Amino acid sequence: MTGTLLSIKGLTKAYPGVVANDTVSLDIGTGEIHALLGENGAGKSTLVKMIYGLVKPDGGTMQMRGAPFAPPEPRSARAAGVAMVFQHFSLFDALDVSENIALGMENPPPLRDLAARIRTVSEDYGLPLDPYRTVGGLSAGERQRVEIIRCLLQDPKLLIMDEPTSVLTPQEVGILFETLNKLRSEGTSILYISHKLEEIRTLCDTATILRLGKNVGTCDPRETTARQMAEMMVGSELQTPKGTGATPGAAVLDVSGLSLPAPTRFGTALKNVHLRLHMGEVLGIGGVAGNGQDELLAALSGEMRAAPDAIRLKGQDIGHLGPTARRRRGLLAAPEERLGHAAAPDMSLTENALLTGAVREGLTANGFLKWGKARSFAERIIETFDVRTPGPDNAARSLSGGNLQKFVIGREVLQRPEVLVVNQPTWGVDASAAAAIRQALLDLAGNGTAVLVISQDLDELMEVADHFAALNEGRLTDTRRTGDLTIEEIGLMMGGAHDGMGIAHAEA
Amino acid sequence: MDLSSITPALLLASLMVAATPILLAGIGELVVERAGVLNLGVEGMMITGAICGFAVTIETGSPLMGFVAAAAGGAGLALLFGALTQVALANQVASGLALTLFGLGLSSLLGQDYVGLKPVQTPAFKIPLLSDIPFLGRVLFSHDLMVYFGLGLVAAVWALLKYSRAGLILRAVGENHDAAHALGYKVVRIRILAIMFGGACAGLGGAYISLIRVPQWTEGMTSGAGWIALALVVFASWKPGRVLLGAWLFGGVTVLQLNLQAAGLAIPVEYLSMSPYLITILVLVIMSADKSRAPASLGRIFHASG
Repeated sequence: MTGTLLSIKGLTKAYPGVVANDTVSLDIGTGEIHALLGENGAGKSTLVKMIYGLVKPDGGTMQMRGAPFAPPEPRSARAAGVAMVFQHFSLFDALDVSENIALGMENPPPLRDLAARIRTVSEDYGLPLDPYRTVGGLSAGERQRVEIIRCLLQDPKLLIMDEPTSVLTPQEVGILFETLNKLRSEGTSILYISHKLEEIRTLCDTATILRLGKNVGTCDPRETTARQMAEMMVGSELQTPKGTGATPGAAVLDVSGLSLPAPTRFGTALKNVHLRLHMGEVLGIGGVAGNGQDELLAALSGEMRAAPDAIRLKGQDIGHLGPTARRRRGLLAAPEERLGHAAAPDMSLTENALLTGAVREGLTANGFLKWGKARSFAERIIETFDVRTPGPDNAARSLSGGNLQKFVIGREVLQRPEVLVVNQPTWGVDASAAAAIRQALLDLAGNGTAVLVISQDLDELMEVADHFAALNEGRLTDTRRTGDLTIEEIGLMMGGAHDGMGIAHAEA
Repeated sequence: MDLSSITPALLLASLMVAATPILLAGIGELVVERAGVLNLGVEGMMITGAICGFAVTIETGSPLMGFVAAAAGGAGLALLFGALTQVALANQVASGLALTLFGLGLSSLLGQDYVGLKPVQTPAFKIPLLSDIPFLGRVLFSHDLMVYFGLGLVAAVWALLKYSRAGLILRAVGENHDAAHALGYKVVRIRILAIMFGGACAGLGGAYISLIRVPQWTEGMTSGAGWIALALVVFASWKPGRVLLGAWLFGGVTVLQLNLQAAGLAIPVEYLSMSPYLITILVLVIMSADKSRAPASLGRIFHASG
C-alpha cells in the first residue's frame, strides 16, 4: 500500500425523509481492498453512487490522488479511473457480450478488435468469456464476468463492487477472489460492498462500517471477529436466537411416500419423501440448491398436488388440496423467491397481506375485501417485525430484500399457523434481520407450532433446528437430532452433493 | 373479366408508390420502438403531415417545402407525445391514442380551406440511363425522389442500428433503460429524439399520400395507413428489412386488388378492399414466428431514480 487514492471528507446526502449519508469520511489506499459494511439501508449504495457520479452529494468533498474529485456524471467518474460492478447487473439481455462492454466504454474500438481484447483480458484474469454470446443466455456468474471485464478494459484505478457474491456459487466466489487478489497485486484499489462478514475477513485489508448513514468505525477485518463487525453494523449486541426448549408434542404433519414428477425441465422430481413433524418442533432440511427444495415447498404448500394420503395434517388427508384449503386447516408456507413468489412486487403491502391472510384473518366477507382490516393486519406485521417502510401502502418492490423478507415471514407467523414451512428464510438478509427472523421462528415453535425450515445455510439450520434431514436429488434422508450430528455426518447426509452442484450450474 | 389490362411493369411500379407512405411511417416507428417507446399516434402524425405538406405546397408552390413542412408538422406533434410520456411520465398507450384523435381533428381544422384544390405536381425523377432499361427502368428507376428517399432511409436505419455506436446506444436504451441510465446515457433525451424522428417520418409518409399518391386533400385521407405501419413494425420483428418487405407486400396487394376491381373480377369489392390488410398481416405473422422479440423496455415508463 502506497498512499491514498481516494479521500472522502464529510460527504452528506439527504433524501426526503431520510439522511442516506451523514458526513461520511473515509480513505481508500492504493492497491487496497477496502470493505464497506453495513445493514440494508445503511447508506452503502448511496455512498458509492456519489463516488460513481450517479448521485450528487449535498455536502462534503472528495479527493482523487490529492486533486478535487466531484464527478457530475458517471462518464467523468470513469474518465478519472473509477469503475463499478453493479449489484443488479446493468446488462442488456438482447445484446451480445462485446456490445454490452462497448456500451460501458468511452471510446470503444471497433467491435472486432474489442472482441479480441475481451478474449485476452478475460483469459488473463481467469474469467473466460465468449464475446459473441448473447447476454440473455448467460448464467449469473458469467453475467458478472461481463461487468467485471467491462471495468477492467478501462484500466480502473478504483473498482467498486456492490455485493458481488450474492448471486454466485461457492466455486464462482473462489474464482472472483483470485481475480480480485490479482488486481490488488497490480495496484488497483477495490471498494468492496458486502454484508457477508466471513468473505470480508478473507479478502479485505480495511473495513469501514456504516450505520444509518454514518461512519461508525474502521477496522482491520483480519484482526476483528465476524461477531464484532456484526455488532458494529447493528449498533448493539447481536442476539443469538434462543429456543424455548419446549419438548415436541404430538405429530401434526405426516408425509409418507410423497413422489412427484419434476414440474419443469430444470426441476427435480421428489422421490418417495417421508417425514414427520411434531408440535413445537423445528425441522431443518439442508442440501445443495436444486435438489428438490423448491419442489418440496410447493408440494407442502399445495402449489403442486399429490395423492391425498401422501400428506396428512392431524390425521386428515390433504395431499390433493390447494393452498387455500391447506391454509384454512393451518398449514402455511413462505417460499424462497421474495419478489414474484412470496410477494407480488407491484402490489402494496396491504394487498400482499391480503393475498395470503384472507382466509385465516377473515379479511374478506361474501367476496368483498375488508380493506380496513387488511390494512391493520399489514400494519401489525410492519410493527411486530420492525419492517422499515413508510407505510402499508408502499409497493412490495420498494422494500429492501431484508425488510421484505421480514414482511413475508411475519405475515405467515402472525396468522398463528399450526404448521409453517419456510424456504431460505434469511436469504440475502443482513445479520440483525436474519437473527430477528430466526428468533420469530423459534418463538413460534415455542408456542407449539411445527416449523419446517428449508435452507442452504447449514449454520442457520444448526442454530434453529431440533432435527435435521437433507435433500439429495429429490430424496430426503432420515431425520436426525441436530445435537448429535457432526459436520462429517451432515456431509454424508447431503451426499452426492457434487452431482447436485452440476444441476445447480445448469439451472443458473 | 379482362386480365390483359394489367401490365406487370406498371403494376410493380405502382407497388413502389403504394408502399412508400407506410414504409416511411413504419421505419420511423421502428426507430421509436427500438428506443423503447410505443407511440400509437402514427396515424395522427401522418395525417398532420399530410395537411401540413399539402397546405405549404399550395401556398409556396414548392413540393420540397411541402415535404419539409410535413416532417416538421409530424415531428412537432411527436414532440407533444414526447413531452407527455417522457417528461410528464404519462401512459404511452393512452397518450398515443389521444395523439391519433388529436391529429385527425387538427388536420380537419387546418384543411378546411384546402378541400378540392390541386397541388403542384411533384416531378418524377427518371434516373438517366437506368430508367431506359426495359421493364426494370419502368419499375425501379422512374419514380419521384421520395420513393428513393424512403428506400435510402430504410438502408440507413438498418446500417445505423447494426453498425454504429449511436445505433447501439439507441438499442441499449430500448432494451434496458435502467442499465443505460446507470451507464450514464441520457435516456430521456435519446428517446425524445427518436420520437421526433418517428414523427417526421410519419409526417413525410402522410404528405406522400396527399401530394403524390392521391394528390388532393380530404379529411381522414390516410385511412388507417398509420395503423398498418404500426402493425408492420411489430410483425416485422423490429427489423428494417422486414418492414420493407411488408410494405411492398401491402403496396403490392393494394395495387393488385385495385387492378382486379378494374378488371371486373367477380368477387365483392369489399373482399378485395380488405385483402391487403389481411394478406400483409397473415404473411408477417408467419414471418415473425421466429425467436426474435420486442425491445425489453418497450412501452415502460422510465423514471430516473437515485
